[in-house]
Amino acid sequence: MKDTLALLQKFNAHPDSRCWYVAWNPKGTLLASCGGDRAIRIWGREGDSWECKTVLQDGHQRAVRKVAWSPCGNYLASASFDATTCIWKKKNDDFEVSCPQTIDQMLCDDSKIWPVRASHCLCFFQCLTVLEGHENEVKCVAWAPTGNLLATCSRDKSVWIWEVDEEDEYECVSVVNSHTQDVKHVVWHPTQELLASCSYDNNVCVYKEEDDDWECRATLEGHTSTVWGLTFDPSGQRLASCSDDRTVKIWKECQPGGGQGTDTAWKCVCTLSGFHGRTVYDIAWCPLTGALATACGDDGVRVFKEDETADPDQPVFSLSAHVPKAHSQDVNCIAWNPKEAGLLVSCSDNGEIAVWNYQSEV
Amino acid sequence: SSLKQQNCERLQTAKDEDEDVADPIDDREIFDLIRSINDPEHPLSLEELNVVEQVRVRVDDQENTVGVEFTPTIPHCSMATLIGLSIKVKLLRSLPERFKIDVHITPGMHTSEDAVNKQLADKERVAAALENSQLLEVVNQCLISNARTS
Repeated sequence: MKDTLALLQKFNAHPDSRCWYVAWNPKGTLLASCGGDRAIRIWGREGDSWECKTVLQDGHQRAVRKVAWSPCGNYLASASFDATTCIWKKKNDDFEVSCPQTIDQMLCDDSKIWPVRASHCLCFFQCLTVLEGHENEVKCVAWAPTGNLLATCSRDKSVWIWEVDEEDEYECVSVVNSHTQDVKHVVWHPTQELLASCSYDNNVCVYKEEDDDWECRATLEGHTSTVWGLTFDPSGQRLASCSDDRTVKIWKECQPGGGQGTDTAWKCVCTLSGFHGRTVYDIAWCPLTGALATACGDDGVRVFKEDETADPDQPVFSLSAHVPKAHSQDVNCIAWNPKEAGLLVSCSDNGEIAVWNYQSEV
Repeated sequence: SSLKQQNCERLQTAKDEDEDVADPIDDREIFDLIRSINDPEHPLSLEELNVVEQVRVRVDDQENTVGVEFTPTIPHCSMATLIGLSIKVKLLRSLPERFKIDVHITPGMHTSEDAVNKQLADKERVAAALENSQLLEVVNQCLISNARTS
């Protein structure tokens, strides 16, 4: 039996626009997508199809680049080219609407796009607050696993760390300027308060808190062009990065040498090259299975599997599954469902979202 | 090119008569799209200024790739990014979605060649730049077709 990646559903999420990002909620029951049309859409599964639960249209004045769910699943953060980050709060549980006409009117004029039929459940989000401060486009937002820290990054070259208290008040606690160019992505370690970012300057930075201030503790050099995406492995011991140089790199934290100091060293222990035809825009490490998926500008989706026998300091990854024309245009984002092994979602410049089932023989 | 000769000489086939099958896009067609783009500073087209030439256009219809090299008028040309952006936008608006479009400076012809090429290749930067209405207006001015040169 060969490993397979099968298409389950494909639907147009952002009409006449590109879909920049798609994210599963922590329960794995909802998808949030965002795009060039400046809207955020929430999708829920109804049998074999996906239904739009709500459209958040007026939160941003420019394209929405990324969305992120809080660990509790009750909040959604959105990062936009309008230089702001919106925090949305989910209002209670989904509730029933008795009149189907109302739903159609509320969601969209063009009934060709939204398959709202069987369910009358909608979910509502309210914009809680708008985080300002970045000088220009916000490229990413990410919640720490603890739920009370948020990180954002921007073309202004900085990474901001925000604290949120019990009263839903947000305060910026650190601004770190370790990159020399546009910062594309930030990601938190799965269990520790450790942050990683990647940039147009071709580097990856790793940050830790020291005396109430966040600092860059390590700069990972090696990529020869913009680094677009980052993902930690399930244990948090390794970090994978993907780049415009068409490679994926796996980094591992080394034990510090004889010297003191709190700086850590990360080494590149594996480089996957020759697999991607164009820029690799996103990468996702499955927390359940350890499979590594990539989203590529050559329209393809790929899944890599780690060889069991390899030395942990010299891991070997093989291409397990590949769909060359996953979309008709660039694939911008790839995300594993956090609860259902093998369930994978991707989105594209053509505005579509695709849902996949990955099966591995092992 | 010999491919063009072949196109002229081939006999009518069933495929030719089928209007649903598009003819492959070739270098000349791409050049025709970009030759009359206006220079942002001078009342001349990119072709008239030799900023674009057909020989610096590479199309692979099968692989869905288009590569355009453009030569700024002087090595320190401050308009290089804007010119490259205009070429890119024209092609993005004119070509089928399947094409991957690469626009870069003719090697060795600009002091900030790598920096300009990197910006033009970054679709996120391009998308964000085009949301700036002032910049978009400048680009659109370059793309206005001029009866004299089109």
